[in-house]
Amino acid sequence: MAVASSDTAIRTGRFTRTLIYVVLLLFVLFYILPLYIMIVNSVKPLSEITGGGMMSLPSAFTIEPWAKAWSTAQVGVEPTGLRPYFWNSISMVVPAVAISTVLGALNGYILTKWRFRGDTILFGLMLFSCFIPFQIVLIPMAAILGVLGLSGTTAGLVLVHVVYGVGFSTLYFRNYYAAFPTELVRAAQIDGAGFFQIFWRILLPSSGPIIVVCVIWQFTNIWNDFLFGASFASGNGAPMTVALNNLVQSSTGVKEYNVHFAGAILAAMPTLLVYIVAGRYFVRGLMAGSVKG
Amino acid sequence: MNKVIRTLKLTTAAAAFSVSAAYAEDVEVLHWWTSGGEAAALNVLKQDLETQGIGWQDMPVAGGGGTEAMTVLRARVTAGDPPTAVQALGFDILDWGNQGALANLNDLAAQEGWDEVVPEALQFFAKVDGKWISAPVNVHSTNWVWANKSVLDANGIAVPETWEDFVAAVETLKAAGITPIAHGGQAWQDATVFDAVAMSAGGPEFYKAAFIDLDEETLGSDTMKEAFDRMAFIRDNVDDNFSGRDWNLATAMVINGEAGFQMMGDWAKGEFLNAGKVPGEDFLCFRFPGTQDQVTFNADQFMMFDQGGTVSQEQAALASAILSPSFQIAFNKVKGSVPARTDVDGSELDACGQQGMKDLAAAASSGNLFGSMAHGHAAPASVKNAVYDVVTAHFNGEYDSETAVLELVDAVSIAK
Amino acid sequence: MSTAAEADFKTRLQNWIPKLVLSPSLAMVLIFVYGFILFTVYVSFTDSRILPFVDKDGQRTFDLIGLANYEKLFKLSHWEIALTNMAVFAGLYIVVCTLIGLTLAILLDQKIRGEGFLRPLYLYPMALSFIVTGTAWKWFLDPGIGLENIVQAWGWENFEFDWIKNRDFAIYTVVLAAVWQTSGFVMAMFLAGLRGIDNEILKAAQMDGASNWNLYRRIIIPQLRPAFLSAFVILAHLAIKTFDLVIAMTGGGPGRATELPATFMYSYTFSRNQMGIGASSAVIMLITIAAIMIPYLYAELKEKK
Repeated sequence: MAVASSDTAIRTGRFTRTLIYVVLLLFVLFYILPLYIMIVNSVKPLSEITGGGMMSLPSAFTIEPWAKAWSTAQVGVEPTGLRPYFWNSISMVVPAVAISTVLGALNGYILTKWRFRGDTILFGLMLFSCFIPFQIVLIPMAAILGVLGLSGTTAGLVLVHVVYGVGFSTLYFRNYYAAFPTELVRAAQIDGAGFFQIFWRILLPSSGPIIVVCVIWQFTNIWNDFLFGASFASGNGAPMTVALNNLVQSSTGVKEYNVHFAGAILAAMPTLLVYIVAGRYFVRGLMAGSVKG
Repeated sequence: MNKVIRTLKLTTAAAAFSVSAAYAEDVEVLHWWTSGGEAAALNVLKQDLETQGIGWQDMPVAGGGGTEAMTVLRARVTAGDPPTAVQALGFDILDWGNQGALANLNDLAAQEGWDEVVPEALQFFAKVDGKWISAPVNVHSTNWVWANKSVLDANGIAVPETWEDFVAAVETLKAAGITPIAHGGQAWQDATVFDAVAMSAGGPEFYKAAFIDLDEETLGSDTMKEAFDRMAFIRDNVDDNFSGRDWNLATAMVINGEAGFQMMGDWAKGEFLNAGKVPGEDFLCFRFPGTQDQVTFNADQFMMFDQGGTVSQEQAALASAILSPSFQIAFNKVKGSVPARTDVDGSELDACGQQGMKDLAAAASSGNLFGSMAHGHAAPASVKNAVYDVVTAHFNGEYDSETAVLELVDAVSIAK
Repeated sequence: MSTAAEADFKTRLQNWIPKLVLSPSLAMVLIFVYGFILFTVYVSFTDSRILPFVDKDGQRTFDLIGLANYEKLFKLSHWEIALTNMAVFAGLYIVVCTLIGLTLAILLDQKIRGEGFLRPLYLYPMALSFIVTGTAWKWFLDPGIGLENIVQAWGWENFEFDWIKNRDFAIYTVVLAAVWQTSGFVMAMFLAGLRGIDNEILKAAQMDGASNWNLYRRIIIPQLRPAFLSAFVILAHLAIKTFDLVIAMTGGGPGRATELPATFMYSYTFSRNQMGIGASSAVIMLITIAAIMIPYLYAELKEKK
C-alpha cells in the first residue's frame, strides 16, 4: 500500500477525505443490517424469535443452532447437518471455476489481441448466451447429460457450470484486455513469441484484478446454484445449497429460524473466504498496473 | 489443461461405475420431507427396509410444497434415470400415470387388500385405469380451525358451530382488542381458507360442482359471491401485517394469545405441540364452522416409477412397508395427519389426531370426503393456480367480490 | 529449423491456434444455448404439460398447436403484471446498482485506510443464499416487527414504512434488497477497471491543471467504458433472472404485486404443468432481451473496430 500510494495521481483534501470515510461507513451500515438480523437470530432460542423479538439482541445466548445446522439438523432422512455436503460443493466448484476462468481468459485474449473476421459477432453470440433463462435449460440439459452418461455425477455438474459460466468469464476478460496496450503484444510477436508465450508472459501478470472479479463471480454463482445441483447430482453427491434448501424450506414442518440463519451463514463461509483472500489481489493488480505503464 | 481433462474423464468413469453398482439393490426415494419430525418419521421407513436388506438412497429436495421436487423429477425422467419412488400429490400422480411412466402395483395391492382399506376418494389419486400406481402415506385435512383456549374462555366464546356463531365470536374478540384471525397472506394460505369458506357457504354439492366438476354456472353463482363476501369479512379481521407471513408465524400468534383463531391444515398441530401446548387444554381444534360433517383432504403418496416393465422386489417391499399399519401410525403421529387406511388403531394419537381419524372415516362412508382445491386434490395444477390468482387478488383488495366471481369463471376456463 | 517451409508452417499454426482455442467455447455455446433456445421455441408451439414426452413406442404425447400458447399468454393479466414489474424493477435496479457501485469504487480508490476491511463488507451479500436472506429482509421491512416498529419505539410515533405490505410499493422493496445484494460486486468490477487505468495519463492531465472532477469526468470514467458494458450485461442478466429473492421475500405478493417474468415462467413450466405456456413466455422474454441488447451491443462493439 505504501508503495502504491506514492504513485497515485488523485489527491484529496482533509475535508473531502473525512466525507469519503463517512459515506463509506454509512454504506457499511446498509450492507451489514441483514447480517445483523441473521447473526442475532442465529444465537437465540426459537421461542424468543416466535415470541416476536426478531430485532432485539438475544436475552438467552446459545450457539446450539450453529451446532445443529452443522452436524445434527435434518436435511434428509438422516440427521447429518450440512457437514457432509461441503465436500460435494468444493469438488464441484473448484474445477468448474478453474476451467471456466481459464477458458474465459484465453477467449478474452483471442477476441482482443488475435482478432479475425467475425470475432465481434462471435463475442455478441457469447454475450447474449448469458441471458438464457434457466427454466428452459433444465429439460434439454437433462437429456444431453443422460446421453453422455453424466447424469447424477459431479463431472456432469462441472460441465453444466462451465457451459453457463464461460460467457461471463469471456466478457470480463475481453473487456479488461481491451484496455491493454496491443503494441506490447505486437512487439512480442515480432520478437518471435508464440500465442501461449505472450499470454503467459505479458497478459497474465497484469490480470490480477480481473481474475479476482471473475473468480468471485464464478465461485459465488456456482456455489449458490440450487436448481442444477438438485437436478443433476445424485442424492448423496448433492451440493451444499441443496442441503441448505432442505434445511430451510419445509412447507408443513416446524420452522427453526435460528438454525436456518446459522446454516445460511455456514454455507456462505467458503465464498466469504474467497472474497477476503482474493481481495488482496486487487492491490497487487494495482502494483502490476503501475509497473506496466 | 490436458491433465485436468484426463482427470475429469477418470472421475467420470469412476462415478458412473459406482452409481450403477449402488443401484443394484437399493431403492432411491425422492421426497421433500426434510424438516425435523417428518424426516425422522421417514427414517422409520428406511430402517424398516434395511432390516429386509434393502438399501435406501435418499434424494431429498425441499421447496415450494413439492414444486422443486417435481422439477427435479422431470430432469431425472428426461435423463432416463427415474428414482424408484417419488413423493407426490394428487393430480401430479395422475399426470405421470397417464404418461405411462408409473409401475403397475395391482398384484401387491390385491395381495394386501388395499382396495378395502383405503378410502375411495383417495384411491382416485392412487390409480389410473384401474391400476394402482402409488402408495398413499397419509391424509391431511385442511378445514380445521385452531384456537387459543384461554383467549376464547376469557372472552366467553364457545366453539362456533355456524358461520353466524363465528362472525359473533370474531366481533367479540375484535371488541376486546385481540386480533380475531391469525393469517399469513400467501396464495396457498388464502386458498386454504377459501376451501373451508366455500364449503361452509355452499355445502358439499356446491363445493363439488364448483371445484371438482368445474361447472361454470356454479363458479359464477351468487353462492360463490357469498363465499367471496365471507373472505372479505375474514380479510377485515386479520391484522395489518398479514401479507407474506409464513403460516408458522401466524400459528405462533395463536399460541402466544395475540390472536384467537387460525384456519390451517392439520400440520399446524406440530407447532402447538412443539411449543409444549396440550390439545384440549391449551388449544382447540375443530372443523371450520358449517363444515362439521365434511373433510377436505390432501394426501401424500409415493408414486412408483416403472423400472422396465416389472415391479422389482425392492419396490414392492417399499410400497408394502408404506402401507403397513405400524408405519402409518408411527409416521402420522409425528406429521399431524391421519393414516391413509381407515382400519388402523389410532389410540396412540392425541385428541386432535383421533378426532381427525373419526371425521375421516365418517366423511368417507357418508360421501363427504372431498379433495382440497387449495392443495391440488380437486382440480389439476393449472386450475388450482388459476383459483389461487383470483382468491389472492380478491383477498388483497384488487377485486371486489363481484369482479372476483367473474374473474374466477374466466381464469378457470383459460386454465382448463 | 530456419527453412522457409518450416517457418511458413509455424506462422500458419500460429494463425490457427487462436481459432482452435476458441472453438470449444463456441461449440458449447452453440449447442447448450442456441440449440436449447430452438428446442424451447418448438415446445412453445406444443400443448406439452409435464414434459414434451415421447412414450415407449416413440409416439409423441403432445400435439403441435401453433400460436395458441401465445394467444393464451397475452390474455393472462398475470403476464402483463409480470412484464410491467420487470420494466420498473430492471430499470431501477440497473441504474441504482451502477451508481452505487461506481461511487463506492471511486471512493475506495482514494487510498482508503482499511480498504481490505471494507471490501469484503460490501461484497459479502453476494455470498449469501437468498432463500435465507430473503427472510431477514422480510422481517426488517415488516412494519410489525422491523424498521417501522423500531423507529416508533424510539419515539417517532408517526413513522410509517409499510412498503412491503403495500401493493403499489412492494416492488421497490424488492429493488432495495436486490441492490443490497449486487451493488458490492459492481463496485468490484469498477474497482478492477480503475486499477487497470494507466497512472501516467492521469499524472500528465493533472500537470495540465485538471481538477479531480474533470479528471474523472473526462479521462477516468470514459476509460471505464468496457467495465460499464460488463456491469450492464451482468445487471441486466441478474434482473431478468431474479427469482429466489422474490420467492423468499414476497412470494410474488402482496397479491400478485411483485410477480416477475422469471417467477411466471417457473410457475407455468413447473408448478402449473403448462409447459407450453411457460416456453412461450420464455420465448417472448428472449425476444424482448434481444430487442434491447442487440442494438446496445451493436453500438458498443462496433465503435471498437
